[in-house]
Amino acid sequence: MSVSKNWKNYNQQIPDDRYYYARSCIRQNFFPGSEKTFLTILQDLLGKDIYDDPKHTSCTGIAYHSDIIPFETMMTVVARHFSLMTEAGYKNLVPSCVTSFGLYNEVLETWEHHPEVETKIREMLWKSTRREFEKPEAIMHASDIIYHFRDIISDHAQNPLINVQTGEPLKVVDHIGCHYAKIFPSKGIGGAEFPIVLSGMVSSWGGQSVDYPERRHCCGFGFRQYLVKANRGYSIANSYRKFESMAPYKPDFIVANCPGCAMFLDRWQYTIGEMKNEWFGANGQGIPILTYEEMAGLVLGFDPWAIGLQMHQTDCEPLLKKMGISYDRDKKFSLKRKTILLNVLEEEIQ
Amino acid sequence: MTHSFGYSISQSRETNWDKLDHRFADKLLDLEPSVRLCVGCGSCTGTCTAAPRSGFDIRKVHTRFRRGEAGAFVAELEKCMFCGKCSMVCPRGVNIRNVMDLMKKLIEA
Repeated sequence: MSVSKNWKNYNQQIPDDRYYYARSCIRQNFFPGSEKTFLTILQDLLGKDIYDDPKHTSCTGIAYHSDIIPFETMMTVVARHFSLMTEAGYKNLVPSCVTSFGLYNEVLETWEHHPEVETKIREMLWKSTRREFEKPEAIMHASDIIYHFRDIISDHAQNPLINVQTGEPLKVVDHIGCHYAKIFPSKGIGGAEFPIVLSGMVSSWGGQSVDYPERRHCCGFGFRQYLVKANRGYSIANSYRKFESMAPYKPDFIVANCPGCAMFLDRWQYTIGEMKNEWFGANGQGIPILTYEEMAGLVLGFDPWAIGLQMHQTDCEPLLKKMGISYDRDKKFSLKRKTILLNVLEEEIQ
Repeated sequence: MTHSFGYSISQSRETNWDKLDHRFADKLLDLEPSVRLCVGCGSCTGTCTAAPRSGFDIRKVHTRFRRGEAGAFVAELEKCMFCGKCSMVCPRGVNIRNVMDLMKKLIEA
């Protein structure tokens, strides 16, 4: 089979509008600014109809992959999500999390091959919640949407991925979530075989995507590896292997499309640094990690603290300087929420 | 100063098949045929007198020896006290004490 024919199998048709957004449970704690940035880009910049449903819950992916929640329970929770989407009048499901993306596809694939399981889950959902649902017409990860609109974002770019000090494109290494690229490789754009979903954004926005030997290696977040503290040595060993592999290419930053990957590649750099006094970036610092929404936000000129870069353990300020982005360091930890609370307190005092 | 988090970075378990040397393992199988009966249950490691204080892992040493990585754990074999409890508890009747002794002699020869 020729490469072009292969690539055709991995190139998805992405709907242009009317999305039902499924937030990630862990991401709202790790990098809460990313999802807000995604919604702002779609609603304000692109003018798309995307519904952020407050009734949505965890897909139970972490518990399912850790053998804590049974398959039927997980499928029923997912069926409720489909039901919420049907109720809201949408057919294009956009999960923020790659594990949810893999899970939704796994459920639909199971039902396709075993219709009796779908019937059973419909019954279980009806008995437990009195809900019914239609299956989504399309499931695409949020990074697929940004990839789909990358050229429009490029047209609005205020800070292209260029080192303003040298005029050279920024060198970017990517990490694509395993649950996005490896469980159902043909459901994402490029899968693990042609990992273009992030490198396509990087190229469009002026950066240079750098291939590295362990590009497709797990980041180390594998749930079983991490949940038990005694096993975390396996988790961090995977991340260490990736950092060792990418460091010789002197990347300016890492971009990831998975909530857990971005978090672990960020936090584990600090942990490895503390354990071994070994740092993988320039000048004894770590390599900054961005989610694809944060990368898009910076390119579009959003305030670094408004998109949540202060939540990163590996400092992003060296990257901001390279991109020539001006920022107010004093406002780094001055959250809007704090200001609102202070205003409320002042009003009460008065 | 390095910091401890209660776990460390696991060493890679990658095996380079081009660098394996099965000569010691083949010799061991000739000298102590009962070693073929091992099912890797780990009872030997679980009851080992030396294990709690030294981290000696008979099952791991045996596995790597059989795999052809004999040179990787010369120092590890020094931890064995030859008490023979491993042989007593082996459900397959492998003479593990003799296996340890033979491994040491083969490597040192």
